[in-house]
Parts: sequence; C-alpha cells; structure tokens
Amino acid sequence: MRISGKGLLQGARPVTFSFNGRHLVGLEGDTLASALLANGVHLVARSFKYHRPRGILTAGSEEPNALVTIGSGAQSDPNIRATSQEIFAGLEARSQNCWPSVEHDLQAINDLAAPFLGAGFYYKTFMWPAAFWEKLYEPVIRKAAGLGALSGLADPDACEKAYAFCDLLVIGSGPAGLMAALTAGRAGADVILAEKDARMGGRLLAEVEQIDGLSGVDWVAQVLAELASLDNVRLMPRTAITGAYDQGTYGALERVGHHQPRRDGLPRECFWRIVARRAVLAAGAIERPIAFANNDRPGIMTASAVRSYLNRWGVAPGQRVTVFANNDQAHHTARDLVEAGVHVALLVDSRHDAPDSDLYPVIKGAQICDTSGRKRIDSITVRSVKGEQRIQTDCLAMSGGWNPTLHLTCHLNGRPQWNRDIASFVPTPGTVPGLACAGACNGTFSTKGALREGAEAAAQALADLGVQSARPDVPEAEDDPYNITALWAVPGKGRAWLDFQNDVTVKDVKQAAAENFRSVEHMKRYTTQGMATDQGKSSNVAALAVLADATGRGIPETGTTTFRPPFVPVSIAAMGAGAAGQAFRPQRLLTSHLASKEQNAPMIEVGLWYRASYFPTKGESNWRQSCDREVELVRSSVGICDVSTLGKIDIQGVDAAKLLDFVYANTFSTLKVGRVRYGLMLREDGFVMDDGTTARLGDTHYVMTTTTAAAGQVMAHLEFVHQVLRPEWDVQITSVTEQWAQFAIAGPKSRELLNDLLDEPIIEANWPFMACGAVDVLGVAARLFRISFSGETAYELAVPARYGDALFRALLQRARALGGGAYGMEALNVLRIEKGFLTHAELNGTVTAFDLGMQAMVSKKKDCIGKAMSARPGLMDEDRQRLVGLKPIGAVQQLSNGAHLFKPGDPVERVYDQGYVTSAGFSPTLGHSIALAFLKNGADRIGEEIRLVDHMRGIDALCEVVSPVFFDPEGGRARG
Amino acid sequence: MAELIALTPCDGLLPLTIGRLSLTEDLPAAMTSIAPYAGQDMALSTALQAAHGIGFPAINRSTGKAGSRAIWFGQGMALLQGPVAAPVLAEFAALTDQGDAWAVVRLEGRDAEDVLARLVPVDLRRQSFELGHTVRTELAHMMASITRIGPDMFQVLVFRSMARSLVHDLKVAMAAVTARRAGLG
Repeated sequence: MRISGKGLLQGARPVTFSFNGRHLVGLEGDTLASALLANGVHLVARSFKYHRPRGILTAGSEEPNALVTIGSGAQSDPNIRATSQEIFAGLEARSQNCWPSVEHDLQAINDLAAPFLGAGFYYKTFMWPAAFWEKLYEPVIRKAAGLGALSGLADPDACEKAYAFCDLLVIGSGPAGLMAALTAGRAGADVILAEKDARMGGRLLAEVEQIDGLSGVDWVAQVLAELASLDNVRLMPRTAITGAYDQGTYGALERVGHHQPRRDGLPRECFWRIVARRAVLAAGAIERPIAFANNDRPGIMTASAVRSYLNRWGVAPGQRVTVFANNDQAHHTARDLVEAGVHVALLVDSRHDAPDSDLYPVIKGAQICDTSGRKRIDSITVRSVKGEQRIQTDCLAMSGGWNPTLHLTCHLNGRPQWNRDIASFVPTPGTVPGLACAGACNGTFSTKGALREGAEAAAQALADLGVQSARPDVPEAEDDPYNITALWAVPGKGRAWLDFQNDVTVKDVKQAAAENFRSVEHMKRYTTQGMATDQGKSSNVAALAVLADATGRGIPETGTTTFRPPFVPVSIAAMGAGAAGQAFRPQRLLTSHLASKEQNAPMIEVGLWYRASYFPTKGESNWRQSCDREVELVRSSVGICDVSTLGKIDIQGVDAAKLLDFVYANTFSTLKVGRVRYGLMLREDGFVMDDGTTARLGDTHYVMTTTTAAAGQVMAHLEFVHQVLRPEWDVQITSVTEQWAQFAIAGPKSRELLNDLLDEPIIEANWPFMACGAVDVLGVAARLFRISFSGETAYELAVPARYGDALFRALLQRARALGGGAYGMEALNVLRIEKGFLTHAELNGTVTAFDLGMQAMVSKKKDCIGKAMSARPGLMDEDRQRLVGLKPIGAVQQLSNGAHLFKPGDPVERVYDQGYVTSAGFSPTLGHSIALAFLKNGADRIGEEIRLVDHMRGIDALCEVVSPVFFDPEGGRARG
Repeated sequence: MAELIALTPCDGLLPLTIGRLSLTEDLPAAMTSIAPYAGQDMALSTALQAAHGIGFPAINRSTGKAGSRAIWFGQGMALLQGPVAAPVLAEFAALTDQGDAWAVVRLEGRDAEDVLARLVPVDLRRQSFELGHTVRTELAHMMASITRIGPDMFQVLVFRSMARSLVHDLKVAMAAVTARRAGLG
C-alpha cells in the first residue's frame, strides 16, 4: 500500500505494467517489487524445491525469492530479481516454477513430502538401478525443481561490450562511495562511480537521517550535482561490478535498455571491462535473515527492506507490522513505520539489553519460534520467559545483523576474517591489489564512519597515484554504535530456512554435519546451500554459523566458502555481445566477391576468407556437375580463379636472399631476377611448415607466396627469424596480401586470353614456365607470374586491389568468349589432386619432406631452419607413412578424405591401420575417383592393392596404390 | 582500350551518419610503408623531411597532417599517407606500396571515443591518446591502426578485405551510442 506524502517518488508519473497477466499501475522509479507491494501483491514466486509460496525478502540485488520472468516469446528473460527490475510502460512479468499459477501450484505437494526431500535425499534414494538416473530420475527431478526457463528461441535483442579506463573506480554510491568519488573528483583524478541500483545514494535513500543538517537524500542530491559537474567523473548507475581480475581490471554489467521499452539500436545490457589504477570498494552490506520455523512466508522481509520500501518508495508492506531483531539498527524500522502512521504490533528483540521505546511495544530476550499464514503471513508465535504467545501480523521485519558486501575482495582468492564484535566477516586488506574497502563493506556500519572511510580511502589512492588532494571535511552524521548479539537460528521444531532460494534449512545443514560433511565446502555441495543465482548472499554466513555450532567449532575455524565472479548473474548474451550471426568473426571478402555472388557462386569459408566454391550454370543441379565442367574447361580451354587469398610477403634488403635461404629448405639466392621458384619451408622441429612460390623481382627484392592457411603463420615466422634469430641481417618484411588482387588464368588458351588484355602481348620465348615480371594490363601496371597449380599452361596476374573487381569481370568475359569460364575451389582442388600438388590437407603438421618424396629439396649445400631436426632418427624411416596416389579397382567408387587404409586381408581394426586419405575427388579428366594418401612405406608399394574404409560415410573400396601425380607426370602441359 | 574501373575498399558502404557521428572513407592519394634499413633511421628521417616535410614518427606517434602524414605502423615501420614516396627514400628504407591494402575510414563526432570504446581494448580517451597519437591494436578481432587526427576525429585502418566487417561493427556501435544519447533526452 502506498502511503501518500511518503517516499521519494512524489509526483512521479504512473506506469502501467502487467504481472501474471494482471494489469497494475506503479510509479516511475518503482522496482517491480515496490510496485507489487504498493498493489498489495505479496505472493510472487514459488520456491525451488518445495514450491512454497514466496514473497519479497529484500530490496536489493541479493533477493533470493522474488525471481520472475520478464517479456514473452523469444524476448523472455528468466530469473530476473523483482527487486532490481525497474518497471516501465508495457513491462510484462510473470511468476516462474509454478503450474498452473503461482496462486495454485500443483507441485506444492512437494512441500508435504518434505521429510523425504531433505539434503542428500537424491543421492541416497535414486541409486538403483543405475541406468535410471540419467534417463528417468534426473529429468523428473529437474522438471519438478528449478527456476525460470529460457525460451529456447534465438535471442533477437542485442547486447554490447565496452572498455573503460580510470584512475579510481568507486564501487557503490552510498555515503562511503560518494565521499570517495567526491574526494577524488575534486582532486582532478579520472573517476568512475559505479552503482548497481538505478538511483545513486545507497542506504541514504532508504534511511531517515541527517548529514550536515540536510536530509540524507538531499545531501546525496547535492553531492551528485557536484560530481555531475566535473568532467573527470563518470557516473555509471545500473552498473554492477561483477568481478575483480588481474591488473586492476574489473568486469561490470550495465542495464542499458533492460529497464525501458525497446528502442532501435539500444542494447539490452552492456558488459564492461574497466581498467582502474586504483579502486575503492564501497559496496555496503547485506542484512541477514534469522532462521526460525516457517520464516519463509510471503510478508516476512528483512528489516532494512521494509525501511527501503517505506522511506524510498513510500510503500508500507503491511498494516500491522512486527519486527524481530538482534541489533539496534532494526529498531529504526519500527520507529520509521510508526512515524509514517503504520501500526507496529510488536518488536521482539533477542537481547535482554535491547533499547526501549515509547512508540511501540518491545519484548526483550524473546524470539519468534513460528509463523502461520499460507499465502501471506498472518501471525507469529513469540517465545519468551512468559511462554509462547501468538500475535497477529501481516508483515514481519527481521534482522539478524549485517554482512559486509566483501565478495569482490575474494575474487583473487583472498579470504575474509571473522570480526567477533560485529559477528561478521570483514575483508582482509590487500587481497585485491589496488583495491581498498570503505564503509559498511569494511565492517564500519555508522554513516559517519562510512563518510570518513570513503574520504580516507580515496585520499590514500590519490596519494599512491601521486595526485595532490585536499582532505575534505567529513560531514556530521549519525555515528551510533552497532550493538548486536549474534543470533543465527531459533531452536525448535519445524523447518527454519537458511537459503531461501535453494530451499536449504537448518535441519539440512545439521544433517550434512551428522553425515560427516563437516567442511564448509562439503556442506555446501551436500545441501546445495549458496549455489543458486543469488550465490547465498543472504545465507552463507548463517549457514556456516549453524554448521560451526553443529560441529562444535567456532566460526573462524569453520571458515567460509569462496566468493567467485560474477557478483550478480551475467547473461551469456552480454558476454558474447557483438558476436552473433555473421559478426561472430570478421569476414575477409575478395575483390571478386560481388561478381562471384552475381554468378550465384556459393561461398566456402577458408579461415576468415570467403571463396567461391563453384560457379553453377544453367541446368546444373549439383556441385559435382559444376565442378566437373570447370575442371574440363581448364584442361580444354581456359579458366579464371581468384587466388588473392594466398599470402604475399614483400622481402627487401641486401640480406633478403640470405633470409630466404635460411627459411626455405631449398636455395633462393641462386634464383635469377625475373624468375619464380617453388619452395618448401620447414619448422624448427624438421616437419614441413608450408610451401609456395617465391619470385625474384630485383637483386634485393623478392615476393614470397604462402598457402592461404599458413599466411599468418609464415609472416609471424619470418618476423621471428628476422627479429630474434638473425637480427643482424639487413632485410625488411611486409605483407602485401591485401595490396594485390591476383587471378589464375589456366588452360591451353591462357596466353591467348592474356594477350587480349595486355598492352604489349607476350611471347612464349620471353615468358617461359616460372618467369615473372611487370606488365601493363588495360593501362594498369601489373605483375605477371608464369606459374601453375593446375598443371596447365597458366599465369597468375596481379593488379592493385582497387582494380580487382574490374579485372575479374574482364577476364571472365574473355574466358567465356574462348569457351572457358570461372572455376572455384572445388575444381581447383580436383585439378591439383590430379597433379599431386599439395595443400594443408597434406601439409598437416605431421609430415616431413621425406614423407612427401621431397627430401632432395632440403639442400645439402647450406643450412636452413629445420634441417638438422629433419635428419633425426625416425623422420626418414622407409616405414613412415608416405605420400601416394590411390585409384579404385573395378567399378568407379567414391573415395573420401579421412578414410583409413588396410591390407585387403587384415581385419579393419586400429592396430592394422596402414595410413589415411588426405584429399579425394572425382577426376573428370581420368573418368574415375582419385585420392592422395599417406601410406606406410607408400612410395615402395606402387602397384599394390589396399583397402580403403570410411566408417563415417560407409565407404569400403579396394584401391590400387599409384604415383601421386595422376595426370601429365612429365609436366609438359604446364611448360606449354 | 577499355580502362579498368577502380573501386575503393568501402565502395557502397560509406558515408554513414548516425546521430552526431559520421563515418566516411578516406582516400589518401598514396600509401607506402617505409621500413628503414639497418642503421638508416636518421638518414631516412632527414630524407623524409627533405622530400615530404615530415619526420619519421616515433613509436605510437604520427607526423604531418591531413594530405601528408606518416604514422607509426608497427616495429620499425611507418606508413606514409598522401604523397607518393619520393624514390630517393628507397636508398634508406624498404618502400612497399600499400595504397590498395587498407580500408581507411574517418570516424568523427563528439561521441567518437565512446564508439571506439565499444570495439577497441586500449585507452583512447583524449587525456591519454592525444592528437597525433597512434596505435596498432585490435578492433573487434581485426588488426587495426588507429590515429587521432582531430579533437573528435579518428582515422581507422583495417585490411581492405575486412572493410565490410569494419563498417558493420562501427555502425552497430555508432547506433548504440546514439540510442543511449537519445535516451538522455
């Protein structure tokens, strides 16, 4: 119920939203939780395991009970805390983990079966038969227990990622955080103030107190106005710091569009990586519940949450409120309620020395031992020296004290320390380098103390950074002592909840101890305490206190479990922002891309590149038809293929030849200017790294080509050799892959086509096989290479990339006029298999020059990288798997790469494996399938029969071992 | 004789204006990488000064201005943008034509820093990345060269083949930054 004239939303605009299909009205600035309470809705959710009715426990991100799903269809977002979600026009929220409705949930029957569903129940009960666990028990249990579910549809909303940098990151905007930001901001440091709430101010928005004569809220407004006026301060509301990482890096999740109607371009959430030279943690504290029988009913809340709803949102969560506390601060709840005109029926304080009040009745040294009320609390049972009495109430505010929000200090494996005086863990200084704690998260619970520590922490951080700062005056504020006597659990019958979200009770923890799960880590896993989306924020300390009691140890000896990132749940969508669909990784498009798409060429991904797979023509219904035709046109007339993806590396300097001789197994210093040579490159360990051709353009100028796959690797290798192994050599290396668009022109009519384009025709005598040089093509300076990857008379013509599109079109037009056309990757592959040319299907990292039959290329006259290691015993054994060709025996059958080879008489088992196929395809030139393979002692088994087996594709074919060069073994066609 | 038609790397993709941000393609008349040979750094810088009026840039810095600029381009290398590199420079350095290798775009507007903060993991705020500062870094998984060429203006280079991905990623970030600003009224 909203109290008129109360709270900070005076004059706010009304907002219509829906909850479980019911249209409700709240105010702008409401959270879903405050709006529901204002509308008298207390039953919000069902519990995890027992499907107990649950309401709203807290007013912050630690909320364990009031989880809802917002949105619908593909845009539904489960497990959203009603206490964090702001309402907006059109917001749809609904309860989850209930059927048919939150009011009438059939699975509430689980609650009656509670005696059987305690900790460890599953492990003990569903053991036999073993196979049933995965197929029956687990699915049924998972269906019965749980939280909200994903829609199962692709997420249509975008998130974003971003980076930020600052001198000082202040985490939390309560009194400590504001003072820290103010101190650093005034000193001129770059400050980021991050606050997970929509509104800055922390507890000051929810308490009735004065700072320097102003109300807390007015003081906050004054400080925020000053901070907003400073260019060096960045205010980040709705931003939860989720983790502390190395080197002052912090993860953060910002709600950008999550709290408002959808708008084009606006991301839902932003995942930040903030790099801060120093940080002040001013995250406050979380009030802890007390465990007593049936303490989980709707209407039972933490005392501070009741104050928040009352003082910030102007909502009274009940008409007849009771309070249960073990500390002085909780008495403010009763005071504030009475002053707002709400009836406080009773304050029960477990301490005998609790303060009195003339505003409301107080019973000291008493405890609440039970409650009643199905969908909302209707009474409490108070146990005191006078015995037990039932008191009617519709809202119980409880406080077992406060736990400092020190989670981030544990993210780099730090452990907190127990402080007896406040019955809480406090941060251990220095556990996150560069991060200091201030205020309630440091165990300092008075406002004055928080203000002072915030200012001091910032001043210290500034001093560390060498920034001059004036120590600000600490404002006058409440400085009451924090009087508390620990109370974790009220003894008695009935289930007393510790972890509301995972339905873990005092009995469960005791059961764990009784079964010797005495370590806090074991207890956690046995009971599932602290494992849900709230990560036990409100339950961890109480649970381990109960464990300590059950095992007869103290709390410090029992210890606490580790807090890990993230501090609040982070959607995977936010962490993967920007990488959806085609944006998953960058795309590299060729200059011929558009023209190829116009020809309906399907694209195939080669690393980041997109290359045309084949160019279908009229009447072709599958890729094989296109591929066969393209192979034939290269063999009979002329084909055009974009080969720009091959790595091209410009090498210049007086020592360029030395570098090439060193990185290639064969010699390049003897190569004549205007000539190209095939080269084989070894890794340091003697295995083959890459192959390609290198052209000598001038005395001290070469251009190397690499395979597409190894372009980056070879470039890095050359840089390594140049910078680390041979820094004294005067040579410079530059990638020119992107500078040149390069096209293969292959086939008997290639020269005819070329001469139609070149400004000065070439003649065979001047351009023999493996020649290279400068030419002019349609007025553009170009490079021409007489090289062939198809075995035909072929050229590669390179022009500056700006002309790539136009040249490809011009080549295609002329090729067609000659009866040729474009060919894609499929045909390119068949052409090179027919010739036994290699790609990284063969150069797979496990083969040596010897295996390829190329040992003669490793020059005996000079040293090269990998030479010594390639001569290791075993790397040149006859018995190694070596390159061969395969052709099927008998009726034409399909061969496949990845298939394994066996002797015809051997069983098809791993131990009889003779080798494997690396490349295979149908050769239209030869009229049958062909394959390249590595076969044990292969080079010496030409003519033998071998059995090819591919279990994946169901292929079993008898093959003949042949030379890997199937077509034109003398190479006459290429020499033209 | 038919002339070949030249296309720019961002042909059909730019210009683009979203809110108060604009993205345009820059087309320097020429781009040449200059990598000094052993012991030639000083001689090269002098020759560069004589030929083009700009010195060889220090690490993470650029020299010159629009129309004639040299930007540090990685270990022992600068990229000369604008003038065709004077042939005399080849005495002191390896010169390589890169005029077609890079997509060059200019991001301009008061929120340009915020746009790049969504894609680039280094600190590009004005106080740490001043006019003329340059960096080789990653932009949405693409290796990039980024230079501040104005108070609210950045030049971004990625491989020519990645132009479409670059424009896509910048466009999404520009839209997101603009949508946020719209929300602030």
